[in-house]
Amino acid sequence: MISCSEAVRQLWEYLDGLVGDRELESIEAHLARCRRCCGELEFARELRGTLERASEVDVPDAVLRRLTQTLEDLEP
Amino acid sequence: MISGSGCNNRASPIRLKDVTQVGVLYTEAEQAERFRLLAREQLPRLYGIARKLVGSDAEDAVQDCLLKAFRNLGQLNDESAAPAWLASILVNCCRDRGRTKGRRPEEVNFEDVEEFSLYRKIAYEDPFPYSDSLHLDFLEEFTAEDVRSVLMRLSELYRVPLVLVYMEGFLVREVAEILEAPTGTILARLHRGRKLFEKHMWSYATDHGLLKEAAR
Repeated sequence: MISCSEAVRQLWEYLDGLVGDRELESIEAHLARCRRCCGELEFARELRGTLERASEVDVPDAVLRRLTQTLEDLEP
Repeated sequence: MISGSGCNNRASPIRLKDVTQVGVLYTEAEQAERFRLLAREQLPRLYGIARKLVGSDAEDAVQDCLLKAFRNLGQLNDESAAPAWLASILVNCCRDRGRTKGRRPEEVNFEDVEEFSLYRKIAYEDPFPYSDSLHLDFLEEFTAEDVRSVLMRLSELYRVPLVLVYMEGFLVREVAEILEAPTGTILARLHRGRKLFEKHMWSYATDHGLLKEAAR
């Protein structure tokens, strides 16, 4: 079985579906037996969600107006 | 779909691939109007990406992007690819701005970073002793603006792939194309970027008193 540090090193890749079949099998075998790494996995999932939720950015009206004006001013 | 002359051959009208069969040609003025329509739709998204990549320089970066895209409109062969094409130009404008400002990749001891686990750090430091959901409570202290500020602590080398993959939903291979780097390089930057992000989440929380506030 892989060690906790090996499993933890690959948790984000595991969540992203970026690990190969062999790694997938060894991570899942590890997770089935290790409660702490399950906690790490759950936290990695939450942290990823935190990043996703921070992606929404409001555009100030004045900025949008200036950028739209830039487009209007473009000449062939 | 747009094909044909680029900005160096402005005298010729632009042919649209999807209407070429019926012989429709676009004049330069019509081409410019189509570009305005395409780009206008993308402005909120472009500004959002730029805000996460260059912070307060976002508006300037989007201006650079619009001018550069318009000059190189001939490179766009398929209008449906316009969102990705504009994003690609924007990312490179943001990187140019970072270089102009002389931002250098931070000095990082990757052995330390590799071993860092925010999950374990929170458990060990136990910033909210009465909490039964310690880790979630830690994350809840961060507003969206805080998270974006944490990202700004990372060097552009790691921030760009993290933002594009985890916030903008690009695939790793698409990021590799935008940054003109091998997929393996992007994967390595994502790996290190995630670790650095975790480390900076902790340092940001301590620097900004997020943990102290929560303990009250």
